[in-house]
Parts: sequence; structure tokens; C-alpha cells
Amino acid sequence: MSTQTLNTATRARAIAARVADPEIPVLTIEDLGVLREVRADADGRVTVDITPTYSGCPAMDAIRDDIILALTADGFGEVDVRLVLSPAWSTDWMSEDGKRKLAEYGIAPPTGRASHGPIKVKLAVKCPRCGSLDTRETSRFGSTSCKALYECRACLEPFDHFKVI
Amino acid sequence: MTATHEDDVHVSVDELQLASELSGGEARATSADVAEYALWLADDALILSQQLGAWISRAPELEEDVALGNIALDLLGHARSLLRYAGSWDGRNEDDLAYFRDEPEFRSAWIMEQPNGDFAQTIARQLIASTYMFELYTALRSSTDETLAAIAEKSLKEVDYHRDHAVQWVLRLAGGTELSREKIIRALDDVWPYADELFRDDPLIDRLGDAAARPSSLRAGFDAVIDTVFGQAQLDVPAVAASRGGGRHGSHATPMGHLLAEMQVLARRHPGATW
Repeated sequence: MSTQTLNTATRARAIAARVADPEIPVLTIEDLGVLREVRADADGRVTVDITPTYSGCPAMDAIRDDIILALTADGFGEVDVRLVLSPAWSTDWMSEDGKRKLAEYGIAPPTGRASHGPIKVKLAVKCPRCGSLDTRETSRFGSTSCKALYECRACLEPFDHFKVI
Repeated sequence: MTATHEDDVHVSVDELQLASELSGGEARATSADVAEYALWLADDALILSQQLGAWISRAPELEEDVALGNIALDLLGHARSLLRYAGSWDGRNEDDLAYFRDEPEFRSAWIMEQPNGDFAQTIARQLIASTYMFELYTALRSSTDETLAAIAEKSLKEVDYHRDHAVQWVLRLAGGTELSREKIIRALDDVWPYADELFRDDPLIDRLGDAAARPSSLRAGFDAVIDTVFGQAQLDVPAVAASRGGGRHGSHATPMGHLLAEMQVLARRHPGATW
């Protein structure tokens, strides 16, 4: 890439990175690790690669539209958003800043790193309300694909936990 | 008023020419055989997804409505990626394939079209289907076809959760009350004949070589998991004869017609409708 296309790509990336997740608006697609790559060609055409958190995630279409809107509003003419499946998304890609924002929002962030072998180490999930580690999983499936339902035994509040995958 | 540059920034989604919905990958299937194989896998996921969706609001508890709904959504995601890839060979899109094919053109195995029945029957079907899919996608990650390998890698992480869900329920039902145990035993007897079809090889698989995961090679891994689960639940592998099957060549059992009618009616009644 020439310096000019590099600058275009950097500017486009900064704009795309600010697009928020429609389900969890405190997180940007960059915090989530959904934004993979932004490229530009000599004609100013921008290509944005995103990867889904889960295969069936209905937010992907909204995210795609929001990226196109954000870039078009900033003067970019042709914007192409591509969905890439490989490498498969992992919660390991979530930024530390993203995890902090998630906890403040009331969702327990993913704990530890995704396991890559047969032995799954399950770490305690901290209650985002009272901070207790005395919590239990009530359902592995929650309001969206990426979350599980938990309850806190200390403050008795139910809460969402962003599953580690 | 003359349009100024500033006016350009006010755009709404309606004014933009948005591409078709995103469903993964831009690659074109490399042969008719690869496309046909992608249909096998897509239709398994699609039909099972359609079935599980029917549980929403009817499951034994709210958490199960959510769980089965989530599993159905994951499967629909797998189906969309695979259908899109299959259709890339001859220019059909995922909706053409899902809504406008007739029963003999569907390639799903018979187990996927077995009725939901009671909750135990759905769980028994889930145990077989998700254990099979786990082995399938594990093997398919090393496919020589890059798109299939990518879809497999993505799907595997999700199917891992589906399998765990089914295993936990089989243990719970088998170790629960006398009635729950009786129901899961009967349910396993009912669906077990349909497991075999998933592991049958076919000339298509021979032609595909390392692009496909050879069905017969997945059986040992499947049996090992089932043995462990049944050992823990103190269940016996049902002693029942295997069903004839025939889904891979478009032959289906009675429930399939009803299932497709419900799935396809809206798109066929109002072609081109979007919502």
C-alpha cells in the first residue's frame, strides 16, 4: 500500500472502530474483536473485514449497515464490508478496556482464556454488582448467543456472563 | 436549494444500496461435488434448527426456551454459511435454497426430520445430532477446502455447547425420577435407528477425498462419547435395527413435508418479501 492508501485505511479504521455493538452498546466492535481489518485501494475504495461472535448472530447485519453509514457519512464513497469466518472469533480478542466497560454495564466479562485442549478450566465468575465470587451458572444460554445466565449467592441478583469461547 | 457537500452526510439506510445479507465467506465452491456436500451439511443444520425453533415458548422451563432457541440460532448460522457456499456454485442464494427447493432436493439425514415429540425425544435427538456434528466439524477443520474448514472451525465452538447441553440433560433425565428415566430410555430407542445414516459413506465422499470428512471415520469418536455418557447415566445402547434412511439422495419420511410447508409457506406466498 502507498502512503496515501495507508492513511486512508488508518482513517477509515478509526471511524469503523467507533461503531458500537447494537446489543451491548457500551462496547465498540473494536473492543469486541469483531473488527478484523480495514484496507483501502488507490481509488479510495475501503474494504472492512468483520468476524461474527457466533454464527447465527443477528447483530452482524446491523453492524455491517452501521459501518457503511459511519464511513459514508465521513465522505468515503465505496465501502465494502466482508464477513470472515477464519480464524474463528474468540473472547481472547476482547480488549481489557472492553472487559472493564462490560463489567461496569452489569455483564460479567469473560474470565480466563479460551481452552484449546480437552481440559476445560472453569474460573469463578465475579458478580458485576457486588464483586462476590460465590456465583453459580443457572443456564448456559442467555438473552443472546454470547451470554450465559448466572446468579450471585451473596447479593442474590441474577446477571449475564459473557461466555468464554 | 442546491445540494452542498454537507448535505451528503445525512444518509439513512434506506438511501444506501446495501449488499445482500451477510452470511459468511465470498468464496465460490470449487466443484459441483463440493457444493453437493455443503448441501448435506447445510440441510442437516437447517432442518434441525427449524425443529428446535418450535420449542420456543413450549419448553419445560424458561431457561430451556432460551437454550433451545439459542441452539437453533447457532444452527441457522451454520446453515446460512453452508447454503451460501453451496449456492455459489450455480448462482443460487441462501433463500433460493432454503425456501424454493422441494422435498426431494433436500439432503438432510432422517434423524433431523424426526418429530420433536416430548422433551426427552428432542434431547435424545440432540444427543445424537450434536455428538455427530462435534465429530464432523472436528474432522472437517482439516478439510482441503478452505471455506469448509473455516465454517467447521467456527461451528465447532458452538456445537461443543450444544453437545454439553444434550449430555447434561440425558444425565439428568436418566438419573431423575422413574418417569423421566423411562421417557429418556424410550426416546433413545425411538431415535437410535436414525443414527446410522449419519455415518454412511457414499460415492460423493469418495470423489471428494480430503475435502470431506468421511462419515464412517466419525463413528469411533461418536461411539466413545456415547459410551461415556451412557456409562455415567447407566443406560444401554438401544438394541434396535438401523433405519433405511435416504435423505442424502432426497428420499424423506412423512414429517418432512409438513416441516417444509411451514418453513417455506411465507416465502412462497410472497416471493421477494423482506422483513
